[in-house]
Amino acid sequence: MDEPSRFMLDGTALPFEEGDTVMAAAARAGRDIPHLCWHSALGPSGACRLCTVRVDGRLASACTTRVAAGQVVESETDDLHERRRLLVQLLFTEGNHFCPGCEKSGDCRLQDAGYALGVTGPGFEEFFPRHAVDASHPDVWLDFNRCILCKLCVRASWEVDGKGVFQIGGHGTGTHVVVNSGSGLLADSALAANDMAAGICPVGAIGPKRRGYAVPIGQRAVDRREPADRERSGEGP
Amino acid sequence: MTAKPRIATVSLAGCFGCHMSFLDLDEAMLPLFERIELDRTPLNDVKELGPCDVGLVEGGLCNAENVAVLREFRARCKVLVAVGACAINGGLPAQRNALDVGQMLVDVYRSRPGLAPGSDVPNDPELPLPLAQVHPIHEVVHVDHFLPGCPPSAETIGALLTALLVGREPSLPPLRYD
Repeated sequence: MDEPSRFMLDGTALPFEEGDTVMAAAARAGRDIPHLCWHSALGPSGACRLCTVRVDGRLASACTTRVAAGQVVESETDDLHERRRLLVQLLFTEGNHFCPGCEKSGDCRLQDAGYALGVTGPGFEEFFPRHAVDASHPDVWLDFNRCILCKLCVRASWEVDGKGVFQIGGHGTGTHVVVNSGSGLLADSALAANDMAAGICPVGAIGPKRRGYAVPIGQRAVDRREPADRERSGEGP
Repeated sequence: MTAKPRIATVSLAGCFGCHMSFLDLDEAMLPLFERIELDRTPLNDVKELGPCDVGLVEGGLCNAENVAVLREFRARCKVLVAVGACAINGGLPAQRNALDVGQMLVDVYRSRPGLAPGSDVPNDPELPLPLAQVHPIHEVVHVDHFLPGCPPSAETIGALLTALLVGREPSLPPLRYD
C-alpha cells in the first residue's frame, strides 16, 4: 500500500507527494521543466509562463498546477518550445538586455533560456525602458531596466527575510518593482547584502556592488555547462 | 553556376568588431574568398552596392545615413543578415536611448571641459543627423538571419556563410549574446 502515486511526464512515470505541483514533483525527480520565476523554497508565482506544459491535453503552468495520479504531462514538445521561445523574446524586448555590458552575462537565467531555446533575435520592437538605476545602497545596486518581474526578490523578502523590501507597483506594461521605503530608495530600506532577496535575482537587475566581472570568460556557469544541454532546438529567430 | 555568389558587408552604428571577428577566420578566409566575390564592403574600395546574394550588416541605426544605407542593402541583397548585438537589439550604443540626443550633443560639443572657445554642435548638411534613439535594423527592414554575439565568433560567422553558400539552413555553434 505504500506504492507512491505516479503521473506521466513526457512518457515517464514519476512519483509525487500529496500537494505537489507538477514543477515540484518533476524537480524532485531530477527532471527540468524550463522556468524563470519558480524557486523550490518560495511560494508559486506563475509570472513567467516559461513552465507552460500540457496537462491532460490542456495548457497549464507547471509551477501552479497540482499534480494528480495518472495525469499525463507533456513538456518537451516542439510546440511548447516554440511558445517558450516567444516568451523569452518578449522578455528580451521589454528590457534593456545588453548582455555585452552586463555583469550577469554567463550566469543569467534569462540568457540561459535564450541559448537553450535557440533565440537568435528579438523579433519585436524594443521597449527601451528608462528606469533610473538605484545605487543608493552601500552594498547592492538595482537596475530595473533588466528586471523580468519574476517576483523572486519580492517573495524572498516577504517570505524568507521577513522584511518586505520589494513590492510590485503599476499596471500593464508600466508594471515595475518598487522599493518599500519612504524615499523609494534602497538605502532607506531594511535590505542587507546577505538577505535572500539581495542574492536571488535570476537576471542582472539586483546585484552586489564592487564584484562585477570577477569570473573569467571560460569559467562562468554557462561556459562550464555541456553544450548538449543548451541545444534544445537549434537555430530559429 | 558561372557567377560566384556576391557578398556585401557594412558597418552602420557598429564598432567594426564584427568585421574583425569575420577576419578572425584567419586562413579559412582564403578558400572562402575563392568561392565568393566581394561587393561593397569596408574591406575593399567598392563605393556602389550592386546586386548581391548576401549582405552582412553590423551595427544598429543611429543616424539618417545608416537608415539610407540599410534600405539600399535590403533592396539589393537577396539574404540580409543582422550580425552582432548592435544590429540585433541596438547593442550597447542603445544605452543612449535613456538620454536626450540634443542634450548629449550639447554636452559633448559645446559644454564639455577642454573644448576650444566657441565650440558648438556640428551643423553642416554634409553630416547625417542623429536619430532620437538607436534602433535595431529589423525595426526598419526585414532581416533573414540573426547572428548574435558581441561580436559573433569567427566560427559562427563562418558556419553561417558556409550554410548560405550551399543553400541550407544554418546550424550554428552554441549561441552567445556577449
